[in-house]
Amino acid sequence: MTYKTLVKISKDLAAGDYSSRELTQDVIADIKARDSIYNSFISVSEDLALRQADAADARISAGTADILTGVPFAHKDLFCTQDHTTTAASKMLEHFVPPYESTVGQRLLSAGAVCVGKTNMDEFAMGSSNESSYFGVVKNPWDLMAVPGGSSGGSAAAVAAGLVPAATGTDTGGSIRQPASFCNLTGIKPTYGRVSRFGIIAYASSLDQAGPMCQTAEDAALMLNAMAGFDEQDSTSVQLDTPDFTADLNLPLQGLKVGLPKEFFGPGLNPQVAECVMTAVKQIESLGAQIIDISLPNLELSIPAYYVIAPSEASSNLSRFDGVRYGFRCDQPQDLMDLYCRTRAEGFGTEVKRRIMVGTYALSEGYYDAYYVKAQRIRRLIKNDFARALAQVDVIMGPVAPTPAFDLGSNTKDPVAMYLEDIYTLSANMAGIPAMSAPAGFVGGRPVGLHIMGNYFNEAKLLNIAHQYQQITDWHLQTPATNPAKGA
Amino acid sequence: MSWEIVIGLEIHVQLATQSKLFSGARVGFGAQANTQTTLVDLGMPGALPVFNEAALRMAVAFGTAIDAEVCKHSVFARKNYFYPDSPKGYQTSQMDHPIVGLGHLDIQLEDGTTKRIGVTRAHLEEDAGKSLHEDYDGMTGIDLNRSSTPLLEIVSEPDLRTAKEAVAYMRKMHAIVTTIGISDGNMAEGSMRCDANVSIRQKGQQKLGTRAELKNINSFKFIERAINIEVQRQIDILEDGGLIHQETRLYDADKNETRPMRSKEEANDYRYFPCPDLLPIEIDEAYIDAIRQSLPELPDQRSARFVSQLNLSPYDAGVLSASRGLADYFESVVAVCNDPKLSANWVTGELAKYMNQNNLEIDAIPLSALQLGQLISRIQDDTISGKGAKTVFDELWNNAGEVDAIIDAKGLKQVSDQGAIEALVDDVIAQSSKQVQQYIDAEADKRGKMLGFFMGQVMQASKGSANPGQVNALLKQKLDALC
Repeated sequence: MTYKTLVKISKDLAAGDYSSRELTQDVIADIKARDSIYNSFISVSEDLALRQADAADARISAGTADILTGVPFAHKDLFCTQDHTTTAASKMLEHFVPPYESTVGQRLLSAGAVCVGKTNMDEFAMGSSNESSYFGVVKNPWDLMAVPGGSSGGSAAAVAAGLVPAATGTDTGGSIRQPASFCNLTGIKPTYGRVSRFGIIAYASSLDQAGPMCQTAEDAALMLNAMAGFDEQDSTSVQLDTPDFTADLNLPLQGLKVGLPKEFFGPGLNPQVAECVMTAVKQIESLGAQIIDISLPNLELSIPAYYVIAPSEASSNLSRFDGVRYGFRCDQPQDLMDLYCRTRAEGFGTEVKRRIMVGTYALSEGYYDAYYVKAQRIRRLIKNDFARALAQVDVIMGPVAPTPAFDLGSNTKDPVAMYLEDIYTLSANMAGIPAMSAPAGFVGGRPVGLHIMGNYFNEAKLLNIAHQYQQITDWHLQTPATNPAKGA
Repeated sequence: MSWEIVIGLEIHVQLATQSKLFSGARVGFGAQANTQTTLVDLGMPGALPVFNEAALRMAVAFGTAIDAEVCKHSVFARKNYFYPDSPKGYQTSQMDHPIVGLGHLDIQLEDGTTKRIGVTRAHLEEDAGKSLHEDYDGMTGIDLNRSSTPLLEIVSEPDLRTAKEAVAYMRKMHAIVTTIGISDGNMAEGSMRCDANVSIRQKGQQKLGTRAELKNINSFKFIERAINIEVQRQIDILEDGGLIHQETRLYDADKNETRPMRSKEEANDYRYFPCPDLLPIEIDEAYIDAIRQSLPELPDQRSARFVSQLNLSPYDAGVLSASRGLADYFESVVAVCNDPKLSANWVTGELAKYMNQNNLEIDAIPLSALQLGQLISRIQDDTISGKGAKTVFDELWNNAGEVDAIIDAKGLKQVSDQGAIEALVDDVIAQSSKQVQQYIDAEADKRGKMLGFFMGQVMQASKGSANPGQVNALLKQKLDALC
């Protein structure tokens, strides 16, 4: 099945070319055979997957199949999966088996999709390189010396390596888009509230949003169709009809107004990355779009504001991992304080502890106004920047990250350098707008993504643009040299 | 030295919702441990809170009932702290934007005057679970059934000046929350409990003294005791030249003492911030008005009605309306005997005395309103004297039974036969020539007092069964005729 799209697999299954069980067995065998190279999976859920595949085959023969019925995918290991370990890539949850399924997982299961396993990630989704995982670093299938990006690095690598056709991700500050960019995938972070957060282990609740990571915009639209929708179990999910995200894929781009914020092309941006992005923008212009220079003046403030708000929420969200009810507990605690201190000291990794400390500090008495309150004000400014810009243009384009995938280990010594990686992605989370990455070329053999941001609940427009762009380019069809070619 | 006591109360009222504040789990007392919980109450990873609107309606009802500002925009905040019965590592509460703002409550003082106590705010929050320290062999058990149970925390201004005022305030709150039906008010089960902030200062001083916070007091009796004990402790310290430390103290009812739980230095920095999992609560005037319109008769309104309709004194009306149970009981008694004044005397007098002596609340007394009403009817129709009625009351309280049967069995029926009473009166006058002479010799305005002797003689002769009113009238008539 390597590198077959969801659309192709769905057709094959419907035509009876192979069964979901056969496909699932192949996929799992392939993961077992090849994933030692990438380390993109934390666990494979063979028994559950085969049961789901059999149910899918029954639906296919009964003629009640959905488009995703029988199609394999992988979950980022942040999505709680009923009866299968969910680790958040942390020692803290190494053996945690949730007795419940996330809403997104439940929706995909209802559509008949088959979850073959859980992908590696930065611990508790905190990181931009997948190097903070308790289960080891993930290698970029395009260049095994490079990081796959993060935090959804395992999902990105698994799809880029052709192990699964699609995977789920979460994006708190770029965690879908940046690894999609680094691994030549199409990934979308929907509008905040579009996809339920229930059953997804929280990092920063006001910023977290789940989305798909796929090979094409069309696949991403299909996945999003299944994933999105109001959920009464998530008070921040939006009570709004979910459109068919594939419906607008073929609309022409004539008259589309594309804003290019000057702040996205300033110093710090790798010139070759800039060239890839500008070439892509020109091609979209050739499809009838109008390019307009715009400004998002508060963009650079998004880094400090994000690194106050996200750790603040995280410091509180991660308090529940205390060794009392589930998850890791230190050996032989002497008393309650010892239980808390050692459980958390031993159970969390360095980056997680760093963010808990930063967040705890920012929320503490005497500092709250100077940090948290001020960061929220900046967030408002950033939102206003986007509102002004999107009153003028339909979408905003730019790079996803300042550089292509960097070398493994190159940023781990300097957390601030790592945080600066997120300069172009954070603002969409701060504003809550939808944003995506689509393959737009290569620099030194490492992929580069085109960043497309739009107005609230306008995911269909972003997918439409990416799909039209993918009709005139073949970047998304490229596969890493070390792997079998697409369609094989 | 003359000290002034300053008290503020934080009352926690458990709201009578079917399900929890942020989950669909049932709220109930006494279930097997950890059976009334969902993923949310257990603090499982990825579980998210969903706000129970029933709690909002109750909080708004409370706000309108105490004539407070009901806030159209309120926000849940997280109060972060680690404790094993706090499963998420934070309590979801309200901080900067509570649902209820400034309001007030009028309490009745013992001297009959009314005092207005300020209510600073009332906010919604979830309860914690329970840590069980017994039966686990050196370990601690955790029961999360109570986790996320809805509470309304009502914070008063430091306007209370005595322990008795604090009790009156708490009773009035109890009357309001039970009257409007937002809580069962069951203090024994923890449905209503309070923390008392207590400080003292020299009379005339403006600056507040350092306060101690007495935690988790769960009965009217204990509030009074705990505050008095704490005040005495603070007076002793200050008069010995010591300093009061700001700290949290626990009242131990068994030892009748307060002792420190934790001091300010050890206090948590709760790191409040708006809960990102819950949207702010936005309500409009129409929502608030609809709830205000649906409020039942409130204690103050009932008190006013007792004065205007039943001609009770404001004091009696205040006392009787201070508890919904007591007011309901009183009105039931009136419905039977149709004598509000006598009913009020009995309920605030004999009944209140017995309740105090036996430490019982109105819903636990052994005497029904029907029985008391019947008893009062028997006084009205002259079957028994007030004194005889007290005997019946005591019998009803201690041994139950039926009013008329007890009157018969104890021979308490009054003799109202004019002829029989006249015979007794004549006998006594005949046998008391010395006292009769004194009566005749006395100045007219002193004679009234001297009637007592003859009354006593006649009543004794009748073994207490003569109608005292008739005896009195006859004696006066006959003795005055001799003068």
